[in-house]
Amino acid sequence: MTASRTYDAIVIGGGHNGLVNGAYLAKSGLRTLILERRHLVGGAAITEELMPGFHFTTFSYAVSLLRPDIIHELDLVKHGYFPLLMPHSFAPADDGGHITLSKDRNLTIQEISRHSRRDADAYDQYGHDMAQIVQALKPLFDSVPPNLFSGQAEDALALADLAKHLKGLPQRVLHNIVRLLTGSAADFLDDYFEGELLKGLLSSSGIIGTKVGPRSQGSGVVLLFHNMGEQDGVFGNWGFHKGGNGGLTQVLARAAQAYGAEIKLEAAVSQVLTTNGRTTGVVLADGTELHAPVVVSALDPRRTFLELVEPRELPEDLVENIQRYKFQGTSSKVNFALDGLPEFPGLDGTQFRGFTNIAPSMDYLERAFDEAKYGWYSSKPYLDCCIQSTIDPDMAPAGKHVMSCFTHYTPYKLKGGDWDTERDNLGDTVQRRLEELFPGFSKLVLRREVVTPLDIERTVGLSEGNIFAGELMSPQLYFFRPAPGWNQYRTPIHGYYQCGSGTHPGGCVTGGPGRLASQQIVSDLARSGPAAGAAAGG
Amino acid sequence: MIRTTPFHERLAPLNRTGLWQHWSGHLAAVKYQMDDKFEYFAVRNAAGIIDTSPLYKYRITGHDAEAFLAGVLTRDIRACRDGQAQYTLWCDDSGHIVEDGVVFRFSNDHFLLTSAEPNLAWFSDRIGRQRVLIEDVSAQYGSLALQGPRSRGILAGLDDSVGGLGFFHHGPAKIGGAAVNVSRTGYTGDLGYEVWVEADDANAVFDAIVDASAGQGVIPVGMSALLMLRIEAGLVLIDVDFHSSRFAYTDEERTTPIELGFGWMLKDVATTDRAFIGRDAIRRELADGTSRWRMVGLKVDWQDWDRRYRAEGIIPPKDEHPIVWEMMLYDDDMERVGYTTSFMYSPALQRHIAMARVRPHLARPGSRVHLEVTINHRYQTVACEVARPPLFNPARKTASATPAIASAITSAGASA
Repeated sequence: MTASRTYDAIVIGGGHNGLVNGAYLAKSGLRTLILERRHLVGGAAITEELMPGFHFTTFSYAVSLLRPDIIHELDLVKHGYFPLLMPHSFAPADDGGHITLSKDRNLTIQEISRHSRRDADAYDQYGHDMAQIVQALKPLFDSVPPNLFSGQAEDALALADLAKHLKGLPQRVLHNIVRLLTGSAADFLDDYFEGELLKGLLSSSGIIGTKVGPRSQGSGVVLLFHNMGEQDGVFGNWGFHKGGNGGLTQVLARAAQAYGAEIKLEAAVSQVLTTNGRTTGVVLADGTELHAPVVVSALDPRRTFLELVEPRELPEDLVENIQRYKFQGTSSKVNFALDGLPEFPGLDGTQFRGFTNIAPSMDYLERAFDEAKYGWYSSKPYLDCCIQSTIDPDMAPAGKHVMSCFTHYTPYKLKGGDWDTERDNLGDTVQRRLEELFPGFSKLVLRREVVTPLDIERTVGLSEGNIFAGELMSPQLYFFRPAPGWNQYRTPIHGYYQCGSGTHPGGCVTGGPGRLASQQIVSDLARSGPAAGAAAGG
Repeated sequence: MIRTTPFHERLAPLNRTGLWQHWSGHLAAVKYQMDDKFEYFAVRNAAGIIDTSPLYKYRITGHDAEAFLAGVLTRDIRACRDGQAQYTLWCDDSGHIVEDGVVFRFSNDHFLLTSAEPNLAWFSDRIGRQRVLIEDVSAQYGSLALQGPRSRGILAGLDDSVGGLGFFHHGPAKIGGAAVNVSRTGYTGDLGYEVWVEADDANAVFDAIVDASAGQGVIPVGMSALLMLRIEAGLVLIDVDFHSSRFAYTDEERTTPIELGFGWMLKDVATTDRAFIGRDAIRRELADGTSRWRMVGLKVDWQDWDRRYRAEGIIPPKDEHPIVWEMMLYDDDMERVGYTTSFMYSPALQRHIAMARVRPHLARPGSRVHLEVTINHRYQTVACEVARPPLFNPARKTASATPAIASAITSAGASA
């Protein structure tokens, strides 16, 4: 260990955004060090072999939103980037009904028609409208947002460009955007569809990871967010990376290293060093000091602003905004090793090749949310299941399976209980629900792993276990992510930057924050050296 | 009457689409499921079963068999050892390609040659006084390809000897109680094998392979996916990437081995004492530098592709289904310098790619050409980089067996 070693840039946190950021910085020629607290990189995007031959995607479990620019700019294919498309989305109902959406449009139309003939072409219309919305917003998603409060000429220009872009959109597209940014997923979907099963399936994207029900204002933007991704050019398509999301972060790590970045594991940062409003490096938990004129935090905003530096060194309004920035993690994971494929009466099992969505109606989701509102987890939770071994056979021994179940709603703060006590009860709740739908399920279970919001916080470091490093709600997006005036990856401390999912474009495995932050850093360095953000007006 | 292959009885019930095409007079499944892209993924990530039985198969035997093949085939069969196979070509006197195929060598007087089109007359007419017998054994054998990273483990589990087969080696094996010949060959550019079986043994062999594949994500793969895989692998297809000189009307339609990128077969052509059909013309082509083309790979500039479509208000199309007609190529001065013969979006490489012919001075990897596309019914060009094929070339394709499924999780090798 060389305490005196200096770098051009130190990235705190080896999650996907930290790796992306470090890779870009190294590619631009900076001597870059990425520090990861745990024994493996990936943050919340890891794959762990918890049982011989069974590979679990402990936390995040699918890909769609990874920014396409990153794939090419970092040459990820060379390092093993390989997303496998998912054939189906399957939604079972308790009465034996079911709907399976396929990648083949005609099959999907036939299947939807079984439930509602009206919904068949409505589904095409929905897909087309959503694609236009996504295409309109994509340039905003993939660029540094303007700072509303800087008073700088370049922000004024960027705002003018933004206004011009929005004014250029067709009326229907712009109106749809506003409806999604401000309204509920239910209101949006009700305009297209009548089938409850289909609406349950589609509106699930409006609640993932967020403390809203499908009828809450604010679920629209979550629905939009989960359609912003793409797979092979098709918006809203989801895939499964070879080897799980841990396979993806291993690819990112190899790319970063290929560009010359150094990755140091089991190196928790206790403090960011500052002198006269400038950063000079970091102190590790073991006391080692590492020096660099640029330090980038890939951690969430609470840790970035309130834990790694002294809040008293920051403007009061920023501290206040970060203090009231909402985390309130509401999601868990229950992962299973299975002795065989579950069975659903009447179907041959191929429907499990993709997402299995346990939300037979919007009412079901809304009721599941009700319990969370009052401080407890859903007795009949929303589950987004994925038997990844049906897509990638290397995830489990032949004939066996791993099943990842995203579980919602499970509020971080339980009223009258705690997660250490409730962990197994949550596992039982989920397993019971699966047994109801897939008779004989429990007999298949070889191992069960329950990951509550508390476990996410403890293991990964995401505050309150929020999987997006802060709620995806309009007051915490774009101009305001993570705080008004501090949405351009800089901080008030010269040379100290932020690049986590708590910055634009936000959560999910997008890599966008890591990439955009690197652009900001590199351009600051080219101009006048490590910078601090312009003073926020508000 | 359209015929069926020896594996049809087993494969027909697996075809959920009802879609069949004709391949050399046989029914061949276009795809087994509506989403053929997943058949593609099965080969790249697990394994796919492909019925390649409609290939023409010629048994060539006799005292002079080796000498005969050395004289008619472009590549030197004498360099192929017993138990090996060669991808090869045959040309006409003017040095233009007649066809391509794979020749399997059992001994110096016993070979098996496969081809896409019938060639019995062409070869028979060239025997002369040599002691050679050529028999069309196409109907006697079926061939079943198992292609993809899992193929070795599955076949080696049925017969140990398969595990040790090197790239383009073949040997006898026993599968499902039947005597078969297994070769490490294929048309996917991946780790893969072809199992050559007596027609009567087809069901037993098929069942054994399917049983051994259970739970491993192995599915049957149709023609549609196969044609995606072969483009990534840079493997040419007759009547798409080249035309038989026999049936061409003009030399513009004809191609030489050098032009089609097979110069590597002909390293010793200037000095060899082997007299083979087309040798002198090929020597002249090389000496005079008269090659008109070079077959190259193209990597389409991803950002340029997206930018041009978006600027027109269109979501950039990324369709894995190949476009197998010509798309024109231009140099920086907008002079026409070539054309694509096969073009597709490659899911593995995450970009559009092509097999193309360019003028020789642009064949160097890294050269820039411009691909003509129509966007909103108007011609535009998209920047491309010339690259050496195959564009998808995982180490496992040619690697020898490694212990168990070591690093399966992280091996998604591709040369981009």
